[in-house]
Amino acid sequence: MKQKDATPAESEWLCSKCGLPLEIGKVDVGYLGSVFPVDLYRCSQCGQVFVPEDIAQGKMAEVEKLLEDK
Amino acid sequence: MDQEELGKLEARCIQEQPPACVAACPVHVDARAMAAAIAEGDFASAAKIFKKSVPFPGIISRVCDQPCQAVCKRGEAGGAVAVRALEKACLAWAEGGMESGFLPPGKDKRVAVAGGGLSGLTAAFDLAKKGYSVEVFEKEARLGGSLFRFSREQLPEEVIAADLKALEKVGVTIRLSVRAGEDISLESMCSDFDAVYLAPGQQPAGGLGLGLDAAGRWVIDPFTLGTTNPKVFAGGSVRRPPGKRSPIESIADGRRAAVSIDRFLQKVSLTASRSGEGPYETRLFTNTEGIEPLPATPMSAGAAGYSKEEAVLEAKRCIRCQCLECVKVCEYLNSFKSYPKKYIRQIYNNLSIVMGHRHANKLINSCSLCGLCEEVCPEDLNMGLVCKKAREIMVDQGRMPPSPHDFPIRDMLFSNSEKCALARRQPGTSACRYLFFPGCQLSASAPDHVKKTYGFLCEELEGGVGLMLRCCGAPAEWSGRAELFSDTFSDIVAQWQEMDRPQIILACSTCYEVFKTHLPQASVISLWEVLDSSALPDVLGEGAVRGRALAVHDACSTRHEKHIQESVRNILRRLGFQIEELPLAGERTECCGYGGLMFFANRELARNVIGRRIRQSEADYVAYCAMCRDYLASGGKKTYHLLDLLFGSPPDGDAQRKGPGYTLRRENRARLKNALLEELWGEKPIGMEKYEKIRLRISDELRELLERRQILDSDIQQVIDFAEQSGTKLRSSRTNHFLAHWKPAAVTYWVEYAAAEGEFIVYNAYSHRMEVKEGAGP
Repeated sequence: MKQKDATPAESEWLCSKCGLPLEIGKVDVGYLGSVFPVDLYRCSQCGQVFVPEDIAQGKMAEVEKLLEDK
Repeated sequence: MDQEELGKLEARCIQEQPPACVAACPVHVDARAMAAAIAEGDFASAAKIFKKSVPFPGIISRVCDQPCQAVCKRGEAGGAVAVRALEKACLAWAEGGMESGFLPPGKDKRVAVAGGGLSGLTAAFDLAKKGYSVEVFEKEARLGGSLFRFSREQLPEEVIAADLKALEKVGVTIRLSVRAGEDISLESMCSDFDAVYLAPGQQPAGGLGLGLDAAGRWVIDPFTLGTTNPKVFAGGSVRRPPGKRSPIESIADGRRAAVSIDRFLQKVSLTASRSGEGPYETRLFTNTEGIEPLPATPMSAGAAGYSKEEAVLEAKRCIRCQCLECVKVCEYLNSFKSYPKKYIRQIYNNLSIVMGHRHANKLINSCSLCGLCEEVCPEDLNMGLVCKKAREIMVDQGRMPPSPHDFPIRDMLFSNSEKCALARRQPGTSACRYLFFPGCQLSASAPDHVKKTYGFLCEELEGGVGLMLRCCGAPAEWSGRAELFSDTFSDIVAQWQEMDRPQIILACSTCYEVFKTHLPQASVISLWEVLDSSALPDVLGEGAVRGRALAVHDACSTRHEKHIQESVRNILRRLGFQIEELPLAGERTECCGYGGLMFFANRELARNVIGRRIRQSEADYVAYCAMCRDYLASGGKKTYHLLDLLFGSPPDGDAQRKGPGYTLRRENRARLKNALLEELWGEKPIGMEKYEKIRLRISDELRELLERRQILDSDIQQVIDFAEQSGTKLRSSRTNHFLAHWKPAAVTYWVEYAAAEGEFIVYNAYSHRMEVKEGAGP
């Protein structure tokens, strides 16, 4: 799972708490005992992560299904 | 499920049993496959199929006595398929050369065959093909025996000669004009050869010294064709009553003798695993109802046989016997493109797999568990029981995927939480002779009906009517969560006991089934039976017209509850409606798509189930289960709930109303409890959580999307509550919208929103199950 390059829709989000723009970073994403490092936008200060809709409903949903049937 | 259980279940699906024609044929010519090939114009493949089962195809295709004809299912619709004529046609019209024969290396054993008729020659051919050295002794000056009794028109000598050439090819030695028992004695055959097959047509005088029965005939074991001499086997017309010759049985005897002799010479069991030989009755069931009668195709060229075109026409009359009774009526079984025998194997493999992909999870979780398959199955196989058992095993193994059932299970837990669950005696009385249990879905779908029905029952019945609002636990049971079900149901039992074990009045057929099965010591009665035996309220639902026909959709959980189905019909008649029966009704009714949690495991399938059901009649439907009504109506069918006709349409619309969405269903249950607590029992309503006070503005379009994504308003409220409290949220530099997430349990919800005048405008929401590890870090 690799997030595509920043699009305007994704880079427009700022961390509301820290007032900082998000940066791509490695985030551990896991399900049913499997964990993968994934490139996601996150706040470099507080670590708040951004999961965009297309990833949640697309790639993540696919991987969830795959892991559920494994 | 162990191997043995699997085998037993698989064996009950008869789809793979041979068709009647194949089973009745002593050598099992696959006439169904042959006809299928001819119907496609593929005569070469048809010829190959035919020749695989018979040694002398030219002869047999002209003289076979066709035991297949008497059992052919087409016989019930226009006359049996002309199998022999098709055999002849496929030989005539097959293009391409002879198949090259493959001979195994020679064996050092020798076999004598006495008699050059069909039976002896078949044994000789089969044994020579296995590598034995075979000699045939024929008393006449030519081979063929009784074949020459047929007219030359029916069986030309060239055809006999051509077929018998096959014997030369496999190296059979022919000794003509040698009479066994006279020119060569059985003793010398026995000493010169390792085994002997006697197929003399008629038993020689004196019986060659073999053991005889009381009638003076050879004692021949019908299974092995062994005689009293272990080296000697006998068969063919000699075994048949005088005048009852059967060419195909003679061939079958020759074949059976060859198998016995081969086993005898290899010193292995003569009897083990031979049940498939010879004619038998198939277990295959084929429904011929609705098959249009078609007479046999005439032969324009007379004895010459079918032209290509005629053969194709005749082959198309073959109905390709198969069962598929369950697959025909069940969209679920149909949608996975196979049949129960295969499904059961897939399910077994799915449960046994240690590492790898579990392909059958969806198959297991998609079944509605409605039991229609068992009703139509000639062998009473119930795939629902198989799927339910499989789900229980998956839950036990910790292998049940969370996503199919998580949402309805949470819905069940909500119904049984303090927010919705209620158990009270009738206001103003401590007696409790009855307990009304409307079920969680009626409370969710039409809370007004629950209020009115409870009021009516309190008026009508004497001795006190208690009320219990909650879910019976069916979703837990359907999803294989046996432990959760048992915990849920034991709460109900405890409360029922506390209320002095009243008779339970059930408005939902699923609840009825659950109570009947799991609380057998309780007296249960359906609401419809109660109403049927009292004076009826009749505030007709909006748009309903007396005298008009309504098609009754029976709930699948009433399949074996004829009295409930009857009560419903009585009520409708008393209200002045005509009743239209759907093609699948009563004990053959089908599920609406909710049963077994089908909709949550396989939404597309459930929609197809609904679509198929609502197309069965033009009439408006009437259902007596809240989910049946809502599901059928969701497909666009005008469907009344029976209570609509008794107490009037609910405030949210007539028979066309789609039914409330998930959020409203929950709110309806909670509000119902609070309203009843206040109005009937004068108690304080249950307070709201803080987050529930957050006011949301959601467009209709987004509402539909949320419904599909199974995101509730309460999920959104919790996200906003968390974000606003903690400040943990993202802000768009473009729109100034906030985006926040929160994970109350297994699912993370994301909400895009903005604050506006004391409420929050929601722009989007989505969710995922994968867990994201957050927190400050490099």
